[in-house]
Order: sequence, then C-alpha cells, then structure tokens
Amino acid sequence: MDIRIIISVLRATLRQSTPITLGALGGIFSERSGVVNIAIEGMMLSAAFAGFMVNVYTGNLFFAVIGAMIVGGLMGLIHAWLSITFKIDQIISGTVINILAIGLTGYFYQSGATTKGKLSPIPIPILSDIPVIGEVLFNNPPITYTAIVMVFVTAFIMFRTTWGLRTRAVGEHPHAADTVGINVYLVRYINVIISGAVAGLGGAFLTLESVGSFERGITNGRGFIALAALIFGKWNPYGAWGAALLFGFANAIQTQLQFTGGLNVPHEFIGMIPYVLTVLVLAGFVGKARPPAAVGQPYDGHLSLKEIFNDISKMFKTKSPEIS
Amino acid sequence: MEEKSTFRTDQIMAIIQPFIVPVLAIFTSVIVGSIFLLAYGFNPIDAYSGLLDGAFGSNRRIAKTILNTIPYIFGGLAVAFAFKGGLFNIGAQGQLFMGAISAAYVGFVFEGLPFIIHMPLAVLAGALGGAFWGAIPGFLKAYTGAHEVITTIMFNYIALSFVGYLVSGPLKLEGSVIAKTPEIADAAKLPFFGTGELGLHYGIPLAILVAFIIYWLIWKTPFGFELRTVGLNPSAASYSGISVKRVTIFTMAISGLLAGLAGTVDTLGLIHHFEPSFNLGYGFDSITIALLAKNHPLGVILTSFLFGAMSAGSTRMQRASGVPSEIIQVVQALILMFVAAEQLIRIMYRLRSQEGEGLQLSSGWGAG
Repeated sequence: MDIRIIISVLRATLRQSTPITLGALGGIFSERSGVVNIAIEGMMLSAAFAGFMVNVYTGNLFFAVIGAMIVGGLMGLIHAWLSITFKIDQIISGTVINILAIGLTGYFYQSGATTKGKLSPIPIPILSDIPVIGEVLFNNPPITYTAIVMVFVTAFIMFRTTWGLRTRAVGEHPHAADTVGINVYLVRYINVIISGAVAGLGGAFLTLESVGSFERGITNGRGFIALAALIFGKWNPYGAWGAALLFGFANAIQTQLQFTGGLNVPHEFIGMIPYVLTVLVLAGFVGKARPPAAVGQPYDGHLSLKEIFNDISKMFKTKSPEIS
Repeated sequence: MEEKSTFRTDQIMAIIQPFIVPVLAIFTSVIVGSIFLLAYGFNPIDAYSGLLDGAFGSNRRIAKTILNTIPYIFGGLAVAFAFKGGLFNIGAQGQLFMGAISAAYVGFVFEGLPFIIHMPLAVLAGALGGAFWGAIPGFLKAYTGAHEVITTIMFNYIALSFVGYLVSGPLKLEGSVIAKTPEIADAAKLPFFGTGELGLHYGIPLAILVAFIIYWLIWKTPFGFELRTVGLNPSAASYSGISVKRVTIFTMAISGLLAGLAGTVDTLGLIHHFEPSFNLGYGFDSITIALLAKNHPLGVILTSFLFGAMSAGSTRMQRASGVPSEIIQVVQALILMFVAAEQLIRIMYRLRSQEGEGLQLSSGWGAG
C-alpha cells in the first residue's frame, strides 16, 4: 500500500481518537468515584458549543478552550447536583444532561455566527522531522497533544496520588471510605466536575481544532463511543486510550474505504466494531470488565455544608495523614 | 354531614395525588423555559400561544398532534414496561429502527397480498423486529450480567449502522438519490379514518388498545406479578421461585416489541417507506414520557399527547414567532429533571413528601 495512504490513515486515527480519548478519560474520573456518566455526550456537545461561541465573540482560542472546559464542568456540576445531592437515578440525570445539551445548544445557536479560525498544528522541533512517525505523532495541534498527556496524567492521579486513592475508595466502598474520614459527597462532586471539564476539552477539540465551526449535534454520538471506550478499556486510562485508538482506527479505515474502495466489507459494518466489541467485553466473551463496585448507587450518608467546608480547607492545608 | 364531606375530599385527593407532581413539574418547566425565552429576547406568551396554535389551531393541526402522539405512546409504553420489571431500556431508538425496517420490508417485498393478510403481517414483522432487538440485551443481562443500559446504548448504534447499510445497500430503492426503501404496497398501509382534514390512521386505536393490554398484563396476570416482583427486588423474586432470567428476557423482548411498534405505525401509517432520519429522536423522549407518567400505561397516553402536541406545535411556533423549535427540548429536559428530582418540586412548592417515592431504577453497571 502507498506510504502516503498509511500516513493519512494513521493521522486520521489519532485525530478521530482524540475526542474519544478525552471523553473516556472524563468518564473515568466520574465512574471511578462511583457516579455513572452517560452524560459525556451532552458535556462534550455543550462544551463544543461554548468554545465556539467564545471564539466567535473574543477571537481568542485560548479563552475559547477554557470556556469550553468551564461549561463542560458546569454540566458536570448539574449531573453531580442531581445525582449526588438529590440522589436521582444517575442514568436519568445523565439523560437530562444529554437532552438539555441538545436543546440549549440548538436554541442558542445562531446559524450566522462565523468562526474566527482554529488551532493549528505545532510541529515539535527535531522530532517532527523523523519520517512517518514525526509526521503522525509530532506535528499536531495542541489539544491532540494534551489528550495524550492527559492519559498519563489521569493514570498518575488515579493510581499514584492520595486524591486518586480516595476517589477509588469512594467508588468501591463509600461506607468504608466515610468511616476513615473521607467526605464521599465532596470527592464525588469534584470528580464529576473534573469529568465534565475533561470531556469538555474533547468537545473543544471538535469546534476549535478539528472542524473549526459548530453545527447542531456536532458530537454525533462520540460521547457514547467514549463511554464504550471507557468500558472496553476496563475503567483504566491506558485501556481507555487503547480502546479509543482502536475505535479511531476503525473510523479512519471506514472513511478511507469510502474514498478508495478495496476490501469487500460495507463501511457500516466497520463502523459497528466499537459497539459490538463493547457488548462482547461487557458480556464477558472477551475478558471480563469489572466496573467500580459502588458505581450507580447514590450514597446515603449525612451531608452537612459545614463539613464540606472543613474538608475543603483541610485539603489545602495539610497532606492527609491517614494515607501514606 | 361534616364527616361525609371530609371523606369525599379524601377521595378526591386520592385521585388528584398522583397528578400533583407531574403537573407541577410541567408548570415549572414552562416557567423556566420562559426565562430562556426572555434571555433571548422572545416574548414567552407569543411563543407558547404559537405553540398551542400550532398544536390545536385547526382540524389539520389537531390531526397532526394526534398522529405525532401515536409513536410516543408505544415508545413510552416500551420504557415504562421495562421500568416495571426493574430494567432501564435506553434502547427504544434501536428497537424502533429494527421494527420500522422490518415492517417496511414486509410491506414492500410482497405484492398482491390481500389487505387482511398483508397489513397484519407487516405489523407483526415490525413488532418482532423490535422484540428481537430488545431480547438480545435481555438475554445478555440474564446470562452474563451485562448491564442493559450500556448494551442497549450500544445496540442503538449497531442498529443505526445496520439500517444505514440496508437502506443504502440491499433494500435501497433503485434509482433513488436518497437512501430509503421502496414504497410499501397499498395493502400494507394502515388505513385512514375520519374525514378531510381530521384524517387519522388506525395506529391511534391500536396504541390505546395496546396501552390497556399492557395495563392488564402488568396488574392482572401472573406474568405481571412476576415482572413487578423482579422489578422491586430480584433476589426476593428469585428466592420465591420466580425465574428472574426468564422474566428479564421476556420483559426486554416485550419492551422491544412496543418500541418496534412505534416505528411500525409511522412506517405503515404515515411515511410509507423507511428512511432512518424520519424515525430519529424517540429514544430519549420515550424515557421522559414514561417517567412523567410514573410508568403507568394509561398515564403514558396522556403524557404522549403532551409530547405530540409539543412536537406538532413547535414547527408552527418557529415559523410564527421565530423561536427556535429546540426550546421544546429544553422544556422537555427540564420536565424530566423535575419529575425525576421530585424532591426539588416538593421543596419548591412546600409539599409533604410521600412514603417510598424515591426513584432508584437501576443499580449501576456492576449489578448482575
């Protein structure tokens, strides 16, 4: 096969996988803390829209990315408020976010608004000169790099920090976590907000880096593919990244086939691969996926504002002594 | 005398009680919706009166409202039925697609069949298409513990790709630019009744009949008893000798069947061919419809009518007052939020809370 086709497929793979990776990483924060997140799609969509609008009004791409992440975080806050404070079913809460995002972005979108440019590739010196690899890996726009870095950052936070340990404790056994003095509500709230912000960066990728403008329903199910990647990757950042790359590759091949033909498989069947694989993994046909034990269950402890404030101030003052 | 009158008030209250929260939820959502309208410089009264005019302003519009209501009833029933069995069917959209394409296929592939055979056959095909697509996640849940929320989401997208392949490949209308199936035979179409502008097809009596059948199935049959027991407490059900696996598979199959019928009535009654974009957007709406009706089959008829009116009226509203029709989705999301977070409504209107009204429908991915 022509080397140029290979490079273009690999570049497309990375490009397609970026929003999926970020969505899945966002999902990991939320679900590891015990809050089911089927709202990734809605968080990405509203953030994509917010990023676009900030870009239209300020023309500043950095502010646009930050704006997208803030709005993603706000959607996370709503999800947290409904499912943690009001204890409504987390899947329904996620559905509320998803419908709300479609409605609000569609309502506020003016079709006249024109974009003020998008993020352009930053070739990394020397490394980008390596043939093939350099072109694929080291000549990308900033959010694509950030997504790759975020994989390692998320893994570090989850498995190497006190915060990660607390998050996993709350997601596996909230009552035990509560007895050792972890504020279950606070840990969940913050993780769900982070979840929205990270997924929001994935949304920003669409309007500020890939497409460059907004259209209604621009996420087009990517949030649900991210959910699939999260499960296929067994709630692990590296696994989720691998799944996102695989799904991105499936997508890239699908697009390539539509252009060039070859391979006697209808492209729709290649498009199904992520979903079929996820079902197989979930059903235990391809290794068993084990979700965090307490995911989906609202926590029924006491909730006092005073305690939350105390915990927040403690967080900033001292390193927690109980876990070393 | 005094005693008698209070007795009557109690009776009235008992009838009104279940309606209070849903009505207040709708009311609050409309008010919050007005804030969004004002924020964008629209007059809420103009917008909502445009909506009402669009939904009920003429015979033709009323007919449109009722025609829109029909698939909502089936979709709402699908979700409500699964909820009664403790299952969250988020896959109504995929089941609807599979039902619609099956009905369309049977509708156009046979020629010269008499109406009395062809139409029921097409309806049956649609029902079975949906039932099949619902049964697979049910089976996976029963035998592998795969959570139905994720599997049904995945099956939505698998169905979307699959029907996309069918209408652009083997079942494509030859020579058409748009990916769609050929038109179904006249003998497979749901006939219209009513005259002139108030023309309705037989999907509406079918929908109401099916709602009553589902009501009967849930509350008057042994299967319904098993279904509700499994829904309330699967381990207790299993301990008392109910086969939770069997009930789970049947619940999902029937739920899928109902969703399949939602696609079927539109295909056979209104669209007369299958084209994926005409059947989109029912999955999430069905969830709101079911929850607003508190998963009661007869309540679903009422809430579907509300949704039918909103969708019929929104186009007119957009044309008359320039309000983007998406405001309807904002209001619907708010309705879902307020219905699910009943506590919110109770705090806002200072209502006393009721025993055991919490709504925990599913128990996360891990629940086997």
